[in-house]
Amino acid sequence: MTRRSIALATAAGCAAIFAAVAHAPRLCAQQAPPLPVHQVPDSKNGGTVVMLCDGKTSVEVKGLKPGESMTHAQAVEVTRELMAQWQREHPNEKWEMAKTVQSSQPIPAPPPASGADAAAKATGAKLQSKGTQQGDTYASFTDRDYKVWKNETDNFVAEGKQLFHDGAAIGGTIGVSCDMCHPDASNTHPETYPKYQVQLQRVALLRDMIDWCIENPVKGKALDPNDTRLRALEAYILAQRKGVALDYGKH
Amino acid sequence: MAARHKSVETKYMEDREAVLRGLRGLDRRTFLKVLAATTGAVMAKSLMPPHSFQLVEVANAAPDKTASAAGMPGKPPFTFAYVSDTHLYQRTLNQRFVRAAVKAVDDVNALDPQPDFVLFGGDLAQLGRREELDLGMQILAEVKAPVKMMVGEHDWFYDLGDTWQEMFGPPNYSFDWKGVHVVVLMSVHEKDFWTARKMTPAERMHTVAGLDNGIQSRFEVGDDERKWLSADLAKVPHTTPLLVFSHSPLYKYYRNWNFWTDDAEQVQTILKPYQHVTVIHGHTHQMLYNQIGNISFYGMLSTAWPWPYAPTGLPPLTIQMNRADPFDQFDGLGDGRINARADGLADKIYSLWDRNPVTVKADYLVSHGKTARPPAPQFASY
Repeated sequence: MTRRSIALATAAGCAAIFAAVAHAPRLCAQQAPPLPVHQVPDSKNGGTVVMLCDGKTSVEVKGLKPGESMTHAQAVEVTRELMAQWQREHPNEKWEMAKTVQSSQPIPAPPPASGADAAAKATGAKLQSKGTQQGDTYASFTDRDYKVWKNETDNFVAEGKQLFHDGAAIGGTIGVSCDMCHPDASNTHPETYPKYQVQLQRVALLRDMIDWCIENPVKGKALDPNDTRLRALEAYILAQRKGVALDYGKH
Repeated sequence: MAARHKSVETKYMEDREAVLRGLRGLDRRTFLKVLAATTGAVMAKSLMPPHSFQLVEVANAAPDKTASAAGMPGKPPFTFAYVSDTHLYQRTLNQRFVRAAVKAVDDVNALDPQPDFVLFGGDLAQLGRREELDLGMQILAEVKAPVKMMVGEHDWFYDLGDTWQEMFGPPNYSFDWKGVHVVVLMSVHEKDFWTARKMTPAERMHTVAGLDNGIQSRFEVGDDERKWLSADLAKVPHTTPLLVFSHSPLYKYYRNWNFWTDDAEQVQTILKPYQHVTVIHGHTHQMLYNQIGNISFYGMLSTAWPWPYAPTGLPPLTIQMNRADPFDQFDGLGDGRINARADGLADKIYSLWDRNPVTVKADYLVSHGKTARPPAPQFASY
């Protein structure tokens, strides 16, 4: 691609890049969507509303002005009230409390409610076996959940791999892509960050180095930390070092 | 080229000369003050990378007298230089690699005495386009010594070598030079992976250009060329030193990156009867050397970018080069020269840019590491 055509493609936005590049990148300059925020309802009686981590259940602490702290007793009462309310609203669900298995005195498993075992199997719910802590916050996750999460993660890593092999897709202007110096993301050593990078005169994170490479050998513009492409590149690089011990500060 | 283009190296040396000329006027005491102040200022601004340019006298290897002293069959020693893996894009797209290639040409033109010839080690172009090869030819036309060309996969897989052969002739050939038989191989043939996938020439080239691309086939010299090699060597006595140039290493280092020649063992068998065989290869962009039986292998430096050492398969005799500084375009890169000795062996000098040169003596390899060990790196691979 010539400089002129790159300028045109940039001017016309991502659509033009899709048209111009043989292996069109799926990711264009795009901000990662904001994380969900819990909307705490307004207080009705001039007190302070406290919300449970499910983002729905809430109670109002009467007489507690904004900025004031609860007493310990008040706080305990609030948590008790929140739990009680959640349990009222979720009569058939169980908020599992983590329990450490005591090896000397195994806790006998309660006999399963009739049909519960079969129902759990049908939905693929994970059964807590003896010797395992109970844990998931709201309910047990199913095998399907784990598969969905793995797919999402692997797809993100695959998008990162594609960007790693396509200089133009990350804004490069001279035909240089990451893989040219770092086949299989070798010599990127993400496990050594943060570390003081003398050439940058600061403690650097992996993303600082990715951005440095994009700006210099790749001759593009540094990506915003929230740019989906930077996040995908980071995901790909980290995925290539699975199992390597973290060793921050290593030179 | 040298007259129109001054490489950064040339400019740097001129600036340095100017400063030194100025300093000559100072008495010793003032000189030391100036030196301390400037060094301090440079360090404070951290302009000096840990391996900054150091003033070194590169000793020209003296003619090897040990061979004749030991009563071995003598032949006139000679020196040749190399430039390799320039990976040029079109000039309008990428100046970075052009600058590096020109710098290497400056280097070999500055050698005194001049080398007998300059080997170009392959991958002149990045994507095998005529414009890229034309640019490469223009740059190499400035080399004062005769240039011997070798082809790399980046020159070949856009049009399966049509343009390269039109410009430079057959990709495999041989010649005799001062008592040494020199063979240039085309070692980067690949079995057809593109037809079944209905790839365009550009897609085929792009696939081969990706080092960590698992789709492409492994490099090979191939049946036809091995037959050609056997026939070529039929008339060469086994006492004649052989110098073999191949783009890929003629042994198996790391399959996933094609640091590899699939029929390497078969080629080694053809070379086995010879007393002294030196294989010089490109492609791996790093200091790399190996000894298998009678064959010494040396990997050439690139001018475009350095490659990390592969995760497995590094020959035990290779002493890693320091990791390249990503903040310095030229670090870990360079060119080099080879002193073909009177005894049929060859010493190799890695002329690393911005670092001290490293000599790998033939004695180190043929003694399997017992003598003449090159210096160890401070920062080996992660």
